[in-house]
Parts: sequence; C-alpha cells; structure tokens
Amino acid sequence: MKKTARIAAVATMVALSLSACGERETDAGEDPASTPSESTSESASADPSQQFPDFKACMVSDSGGFDDKSFNQTSRQGLRDAVEAYGMQEADIESNDPSEFNDNINELVSQGCNSITTVGFLLGDSTLAAAKKNKDVDFSIVDFAYTDDKGDNTAPANVKGLTFNTAEPSFLAGYTAAASSESGVVGTFGGLNIPTVTIFMTGFVQGVERYNEDTGSDVQVIGWDPESAEGSFTNDFEDKNLGQSTATEMINQGADVIFPVAGPAGLGGLQAAQDNDVKAIWVDTDGCVSAEEYCDVLLTSVMKGMDVAVQDAVLASAEDEFSNEVYVGTLENEGVKLAPFSDDVDEELQATIEDLKQQIIDGEITVG
Amino acid sequence: MSDPQKGPAAPPVVDPERVDPHEAAAAPRRRFDASAFVPTVVDSVLAVVLALVVGAVLIVFSTERVLGSLPYFFSYPWDFFRFAGEAVGDGYAALVNGSLGGADALTRTLNRAAPLICAGLGVSLAFRAGLFNIGAQGQMLVAGLAAGYVGFTWDLPTGLHALVALLAALVAGALWGGVIGLLKARTGAHEVITTIMLNNVARFVVLYFLGLEAFQRPNSDNKLSPPVDDSATFPAIGNLHLGIVLAVLAALVVWWLLERSTLGFEMRAVGANPDAARTAGMSVPRVYVTAMTLAGVLAGLAVTMTVLGQQNSVTDQVAGTVGFDAITVALLGRATPVGTVLAGLLFGALSAGGLSMQGAAGIAPELSQVLQALIVLFVAAPALVRGIFRIKGRGQGSSVEAKGWGG
Repeated sequence: MKKTARIAAVATMVALSLSACGERETDAGEDPASTPSESTSESASADPSQQFPDFKACMVSDSGGFDDKSFNQTSRQGLRDAVEAYGMQEADIESNDPSEFNDNINELVSQGCNSITTVGFLLGDSTLAAAKKNKDVDFSIVDFAYTDDKGDNTAPANVKGLTFNTAEPSFLAGYTAAASSESGVVGTFGGLNIPTVTIFMTGFVQGVERYNEDTGSDVQVIGWDPESAEGSFTNDFEDKNLGQSTATEMINQGADVIFPVAGPAGLGGLQAAQDNDVKAIWVDTDGCVSAEEYCDVLLTSVMKGMDVAVQDAVLASAEDEFSNEVYVGTLENEGVKLAPFSDDVDEELQATIEDLKQQIIDGEITVG
Repeated sequence: MSDPQKGPAAPPVVDPERVDPHEAAAAPRRRFDASAFVPTVVDSVLAVVLALVVGAVLIVFSTERVLGSLPYFFSYPWDFFRFAGEAVGDGYAALVNGSLGGADALTRTLNRAAPLICAGLGVSLAFRAGLFNIGAQGQMLVAGLAAGYVGFTWDLPTGLHALVALLAALVAGALWGGVIGLLKARTGAHEVITTIMLNNVARFVVLYFLGLEAFQRPNSDNKLSPPVDDSATFPAIGNLHLGIVLAVLAALVVWWLLERSTLGFEMRAVGANPDAARTAGMSVPRVYVTAMTLAGVLAGLAVTMTVLGQQNSVTDQVAGTVGFDAITVALLGRATPVGTVLAGLLFGALSAGGLSMQGAAGIAPELSQVLQALIVLFVAAPALVRGIFRIKGRGQGSSVEAKGWGG
C-alpha cells in the first residue's frame, strides 16, 4: 500500500509539472475558448471549399487495399482531393477478397453515400448490380467499362466507367527506352496477363518498334509479345521478390531498361535495376514521387491519372452533371501522360518524344 | 496489471502438464461431460474479452482525434478520455451493429460464417487424424473452378443444376485433397509441404483455365469467369442463402463421423498414435487418404457458398483468405465440430462487423483482423489468460496436437 501511495504521489507531481508545459502549446488552437471564433472564421474564409457539405463521396477498394502504392491508392487520392477541395464527407471500405464486394458496396449505400467509386474490373458485376438497385446513387468504376459485342456503352445512367488509354504514354516510354538502351535489349514484365496490364506492355513494344523503324536499329524487347499474347508475368501484384527475380533474369539476358507493370511487385524490378546499374521506367504514378528511393534509375514514368478522373467524376456527381459516358484518359486530355524526364534523357530525344506525342494526339499514329 | 509480488511465483503453478494428452484424446468420449467443457469455454470467452481490451487500446491510439489531444493531455486530460471513449464506443457499437443488429447484418454474418465453418471442419477433421491440412485454399480454388464451369456452361433445370455443380465442387475438392493423403500414405511426403505446394499449383491451374476462352466472359480477356446461371444458384431467403444450413449439416455429419462411427474412431486413433493404431490392426494409409479426401470435400463445400450461393465469378481470388482463416477457426474450435461452428460464427461476425467499423466508425480494416489474431493468440495461451484474470486451477490442454516431422 505504501508503494502505491508513493507512486500516486510521484504521478501527481509529474502530471502537475507537465501540465505547465502542455498548456502553452495548446492555447493557440485547442483551447475550448478559442474554438468557436476559429470555426466561424474558417467557415467565413473557406466558403468556396465548403460547396457540398451534405455530399458524401465514398469508395470501395479491391483486395489490393488502399495502401498499395498503386491504383487503389491513386484512386483514393482522387477521392481525398475532391473531399478536401469541395468540403464533402467521405467513407472508404477496403475489400479483403472478392466475396465481400457486394456487402461493401451495400454498406456504403446504407450509409447514405451519394457517389460511390469502385476500383478495378473485379468489382464490375457488384457495381452494376448495386447501381441497378440504387438509382439515386452515382457509381463510377476505375479501369472498367460496360460494353456489348459492338463495343457500345451499356452502362445504366448512374454508372460511369473510368478507363485509360495507357498504351499511348507507354508508346512514348518504349521509344525512350529503345533510344536510351546501349545493349539493344529492353525488358518489360506484368503482374498478370490481363488487358489493363498488357495494354502498357503492348504500347511499350510498339514504341520500340517505331524507334527501330525511324533509326534503322534493332532493339529487342523481351517479356511481351503482343502477337501471341504471351510474356513474363509475376502473377502477383504484391511480392517484390518476384518482381526482382524477374527483372534480374531480364538484366542477365542483356536488358538495360526495365519496364515493370506489376504494381508494388514492380518495385522489385526497380530494385534489380538499381542493383545492376541499369535504367527503368515506372508506371501508374510518378516514380520519383511515389518511390523516391529509386528515382536515380528512372528515365521517366507512365502516369495514369486515376486521381484526376475520380475527382472529376465525384465533382460531376455533386454538381448533378453526372453522365454514364465512359471516360477515356488519353494524352490529349492528359488523363495519361509521361512524368518529367530524368537528366539521362537528352534534349534531342525529349523533342522527338514531344513530336511523337503530338502525332498521337493528332491521330497520325495509332497505338494499342 | 499483475501484482509484482505474486508475479514470479505464478508460472510454476501451471507448469506440470498432463502427461498423456494422446491417450486422453484417443479414448472415446461416449458421455457428455459438461464439467470438462466449461474451462475451455471460460478460457475462450476470456480470450475474446482480452482481445477486445487490446483492440480498444489500438483503436484509441490509431484515432487521430485522440492522438491530437495527447500533447495537451496534462492540461485537459478529460479531452483524451472523452475522445478515446467515443472512439472505442463508436467502434465496438459498429462492430456489434454490423454483425448482429438487424436482419441484414445477421445475414451478412451467417453468409460469411458458412464457408469458414465448412473449410474449418475440413481442417479440424484432418487435425483429428493427425494431419495438418494447410491446403484448404487450394482445394477451394480447384473446387470453385469445377463448380463454376458446371454452373455457367451446362444447361440443366433449376435445382438439379445447383446439385450437379455442388457435386462437381465436392469431387474436385476430394481429388485435390485425396492426392495429398495418397502422397502421405504411399511416400510419407509431409502434408504440410504438399498442401502448401498444391495451393500454389491450384492457383496456377485456375489462372491457366481462366486464360482459356471457354472460361472467360464473351468479349473480354480479363481473368474473370461469368457468374453461374441462375438455375445453378442456391435457394435463398432474402440474401441469406442455403450455405449456412449446409454448413451446420456438414458439422453434424462430421460430429457423427468422428464420435460415433468406426472410421472416425480409427481417425482419432491414428491421430493420437499411428504406431499404436497400426499395431491394433488399423490401416494407417487408408485413414490418411480418407481423412484428406473428406477434408477436400469440406473445402469444396466451402467454396460453393461464394460461387453458387453469392453467384460470384470464378477468379484466382475466389477463395479469398477463407482457406487460411479456416486453420485459425479450426484451432480456435479446438478441432471439434461444435467448436468449429462457434468459432466460424465468431469470425463471420467479426468480419461482418469489421466492415461496419470501417465504414461507420472509420476504423482501419486491419483492426478486425488484428482482433481475430489476438483472440487466437490468447486462446493458444490459456496460461497467460488465466494468469491475467487470476483464475486458479488448470483446464484441459488443447486437444489439437500438431505432429512433428515424420509423425
């Protein structure tokens, strides 16, 4: 008992003495007395950013989770941007596996979400089903579009597909890679043999072919053959080691530019490039921002503007201008683009790339 | 938490273990002995309570508002306690509400519990025969592919179609599981290795088939099958499909098999001591093959809940993490059918409630997984739980005994 009393006494003394220093720091913002005045000033000054206080923007991830440093994360960034810019409410649910998709969307519907964005083609069915049941909620889905045999849009009025023609910037990346290669071999690998992944690789291959045509050289691409639709795949988006071993294998075959299209697993490819002193091109986000530690090996990055697309879709929903028209990110509308080049890419090449970009926008070159 | 003066003396009290857990497990328990069951129930409930307490601490220290009140804790301590209380209260209210509050929530809980129970039974059954079956995942994947294929390509009348698709899943699961039993029986290949390896093989088998046109949706190259036809789906009331009924039936069958049948007695005997069982004239290889085949059947049943029950597409993720969660469910249920059902329901509820915690209370989705892990951790360490709650005496040791190499 004596011990307890002693400890209590010491604790009280410590608390009393610490309270002195605590108070100073908090008087500025957290003091109850200052809160009302602060909140009024905020609402007065921040009027434009409080446009839609009653609008609830929500998102369901696929099983990659929101911290995947890749498309779930970028998509949620778009949601966050919209929420912050227009003062909306937000709710997110992360899916662990596909059996949860329906429940997760329904949970958000029951929480009164006005706009629900789902991430990834795996959620296509669940999103469509929920959209048919809840016509007053606007749904948008990243990386998916509802089409019939002829390729026409079949989405109901409250569903918008957000797709990205990433073949276009990948074409430019392929050209850059081929021009930067000294060994005459460049490599690419994917996370899974699915269209949203291989579209990057196909564009990349076409870019290399274009370089060969233009300059009469013979740069080889290993890891993807658009004709036979076969190539190197980690069959996993999570495991960095798989990406690293796949890339190391390619480097051993002579590749000196690596283009990994495998989400977080692709980071292993960057690691391999760094270890072996070769170059790489990152995808989805600007690698010099999202994977800063590998910035020195990156020539550029193929950026897929999911954040912008999501933000636009959410804003359109809030402004009652939502349509079911499929969004296609292109070089022209800057839904897809190349990140700033590193110093390794000389100005002559940069000018050529800029020229090619314009030709793609003008429709003189078709990619994909 | 524990009194410093009593602390050091506590461990030796629980140290002497029962000498012959194997014999105890092997003896047929004809009589229902309630007094033997109570301590394990108390342990399990306390483990859940303890996990919730630790979970509450995690909620408190992962809530921004609470962390924000820490710098001025000593000037306005009440802020911290109020925010912390609100965060924990909101979180656990959402957990209960999302799992038990209302018909929708209950449906969600039961639908999520059903596959966990079935796959958990498969793991439990193998446990009792002395086999550590980590292969539920692979068995589910292959079975899902089979059920899906029958479901979306064949054209059969309603009801019959579901039955045939269900059978296809069971057969596929049985084959995938049986192979493991056969390898163990014939060559002595350790089932832990073979099941893990076959999980990977199963995933690539599924990916290979999903790459074929016949398994894909028209006009699509995505590795995503069409959903099964409506005629192949389980009957459902609202969203609650037949799955939970099948799961409970499966539990009854497994209980009867283990406790009342000759085969079950042989399984338990082999599980307790294969050498003794062999000496007693039982065929150990036959028991291994049968046990793994049945485990595969149960895993196959588990995946029909998603493919036929919820009409989900077949993908390489169709089994989710159920195959691995099933191991936890079986361990928590102490490899008994009743325990597995209860553990499956608990995990189903945690999973369903975790969803609401995330959506309504904004708590990280990992927390419900951490809760599950903590529960299992505390269940696996009864001495710790009893020490914390100062409970005297010792309960039965866990009836789950993983075999060592060559066992």
